Amino acid sequence: MEPFTRVTAVAVPIDLPNVDTDRVIPARFLRKDRSVPEYSSFLFHDVRFGADGAERPEFVLNQAPYRGARIVVAAENFGCGSSREAAVWALAAYGIRSVIAPSLGDIFHQNCFKNGSLPVILPADVVAGLRRQLHDRPGATLTVDLETQTVTAPDGARHRFEVDAFRKEMLLTGRDEIELTLGFEAQIREFEARHAKEMAWAVPPRAST
Amino acid sequence: MFEKIWARHVVAEGPGGHVLLYVDRHLLHEGTTAAFGRLTRSGRSVRRADLSFATADHYVLTSPGLPTTDAEARGMVESLGRHTAEHRILYFGVGDPRRGIVHIIGPEQGLTLPGITLVCGDSHTATHGAFGALAFGIGSSEVEHVLATQTLWQKKPLTMRITVDGPLAPGVTAKDVILAIIAKIGAGGGVRHAIEYAGSTIRAMSMDERMTVCNMSIEAGARAGMIAPDETTFAYLEGRPLAPSGEAWRQALAGWKALPSDAGAAFDREVHLAASEIAPTVTWGTSPQDALPITARVPDPAAVADPGRRESMARALAYMGLSPGTPLSDIPVNRVFIGSCTNSRLDDLRAAARIAKGRRAVVPAWIVPGSGLIKRAAEAEGLDRVFVDAGFEWREAGCSMCVGMNGETAGPGERVASTSNRNFEGRQGKGARTHLMSPAMAAAAAVTGRLTDVRTLGA
Repeated sequence: MEPFTRVTAVAVPIDLPNVDTDRVIPARFLRKDRSVPEYSSFLFHDVRFGADGAERPEFVLNQAPYRGARIVVAAENFGCGSSREAAVWALAAYGIRSVIAPSLGDIFHQNCFKNGSLPVILPADVVAGLRRQLHDRPGATLTVDLETQTVTAPDGARHRFEVDAFRKEMLLTGRDEIELTLGFEAQIREFEARHAKEMAWAVPPRAST
Repeated sequence: MFEKIWARHVVAEGPGGHVLLYVDRHLLHEGTTAAFGRLTRSGRSVRRADLSFATADHYVLTSPGLPTTDAEARGMVESLGRHTAEHRILYFGVGDPRRGIVHIIGPEQGLTLPGITLVCGDSHTATHGAFGALAFGIGSSEVEHVLATQTLWQKKPLTMRITVDGPLAPGVTAKDVILAIIAKIGAGGGVRHAIEYAGSTIRAMSMDERMTVCNMSIEAGARAGMIAPDETTFAYLEGRPLAPSGEAWRQALAGWKALPSDAGAAFDREVHLAASEIAPTVTWGTSPQDALPITARVPDPAAVADPGRRESMARALAYMGLSPGTPLSDIPVNRVFIGSCTNSRLDDLRAAARIAKGRRAVVPAWIVPGSGLIKRAAEAEGLDRVFVDAGFEWREAGCSMCVGMNGETAGPGERVASTSNRNFEGRQGKGARTHLMSPAMAAAAAVTGRLTDVRTLGA
C-alpha cells in the first residue's frame, strides 16, 4: 500500500450532503477490473458525463481549476450507502489521496485506510469554511499532514484532526495489514481453542454440497 | 448485548482502542470475488473455510429460464464457483434451490445465530443482527483480511438504542417503522454507532419483520443494527439445517438467553418512537431519509431555512421530476419491484399477495423472491398463482432491480415503486426514479398505477 505522509494539492469542494457510493461509482462499473486504464472515468460518472459521454460543465471536477484535484472537501456523511470499495478505488484512480468531511459513511471510512487514502474528520463549521475558500479561490491548495495531524487551509489557518494511532501508523508506513495480523497467529490460535470450548455450538455442522 | 458479544470476540488489543475481533461467520457473494484473486496472488489461503459460505445473488439473472448472455456477469458467477471449489467453501450456486440473496439464506440455513459475529462484503449485513448477532458490512480489503485471518481490526463503535413502543396500526409494517426511524434520525444519524432496536413494537414482530428493520440500519448510517433474541428467535432457528442441534442446541440456548442487554445497560444515545405515530410511508427524494406518510404532499424546499438542505431538496425533486405540494398519492408509477434483502421473504410476499388477489396490475410489476426456498414455499401456498393471475411477473431469486448489477434495471426517467432499500440517484438504473415502500404498498401501486395508501384498498 502506498504510504500517506503529507499531501499539498488542489482541493475540490463537494457541497452536497449524503453523497452515496452509488454516485461515486455506479453499480454497472463494479464488474470492471480496477486495472483498466479508463477506471478513473467511472468516478462520479453519471453526474460528471452526459448521456452522450460529454462532460457536464456544471459538475465541479469538470471546471478547469479543479481538474487534477487530489483532495476532496465534502459535506456530511460522504460515502454513505453501499460498501463498495470501488468508490475508494475510483477516487484513487483519479488521484484523490484524502477526503475531508464533517462525517463519512462508516464502511467508506474504513475502506479509505486500506488504500493509502486518508479520511479526515473536522468540525462542520471548519469544513464549510474550507469549502467556501475553495469556491472563492478555485484551484487553491490545501495541505494534509498526517504526521502532525493538521490540515492547512488556503488562508493559512491550521486545523488539527484526530486519527487513531493504529490507522496512523499503518498509513505512515504503508504496511500490509494482513501481514501484520498474520503475526498474531499464536493469539488467534489460542482464541480459537478457547472459543471452541466456550461457544462450541458456533461452528456449524458440515453441510452437504 | 453489543458489549457482551464484542467482549467475547476480542483476540488481541491493538493501539488506539483497536482490537483484533474474531469472525464466526463470513458470507460471500460474486461481488467479493476480487478478494479471492488478491488472496491467491499473494500466496495466502483461506484460514477457516468451514466458517465461510457463499452464494450467487448480485449478478445472476432472475428472468425465469433464460440463460444470461452477459459474459461479464457470467464470469463473475463462474469465478465465485471456481474460488469456492478451490478453497472448499460451501457454495449455494446456480441450480441449487438453496441459492438466494446472501442476507436471506444466512438466516434460512441457520447460519445466522445469536451471539456470533458475522460479516459480509455488503452493507446490508446488519440484517443478521435481527437474531442478536453482531453483523456488519465490510469492504473488499476487509473480505480478503477475513479470508486470510478470520479476524478484523476494529474500533468499538458507539451504541444507540432505538425504542419503538405500542401496536402498529392496520396497513403499517416493519418497513414503515424503519423508514420512520431513518426519517427521524437522518441518513447520517447512526454513523459510528451500533444500533439496538427495542420496545414492544419490535418484540411483537416476526423474524421476517425484524430482519426488515435491521436490514436498513445502514440507511440510517449504522453499520450494525441488532435485536435481542427471544422465543420468536429461537422458534425460527430450531431445526434449521446448519443451526446447532441436540446437545449443542441446548448449550447454545442457555447462552442466548443471557445475551439481552441488562436492565441498567447504558447507551451513548437513546431514541424513542411511538408506533401510533407511524403511517404507511413512502420516500419522495433521493435519500432514504426523505420519507413521509403517504397522506402527505411533496415538500417545498422554499419552506426550509437551511440553505444546504434547501439546495439538496431542490436537486432531489428535480431528479425525481416532482413539484412541491403534489399529493404523494397522485404520483403515477411506471413499474413495481417487490424484492431485495429488505423485503423478499415469505411474510413480504404474503402481504403483497393479499393486495394483489383479485386485482390486476396496470404497470409492469416484478416479484423477485429472496431465495429458491422462499420461492418454493410461496408456490406451495399458491402465492405464485395469485400474482400471475393479477398480472405480476413471478421471477427467480436474486438481488435484481434493487441494485441492477445483473443488468435488470429501470429505464431513464422511469418511476419505480420499490420494496428495496435505496432511492439514490441511478440506483435502479441510470436516470431511474425510486420510491421506497412496503410490499403491500408496492402491490397497491401496481394495481392502481400510482403511489397509493394501502388502507384505501382495505388492508
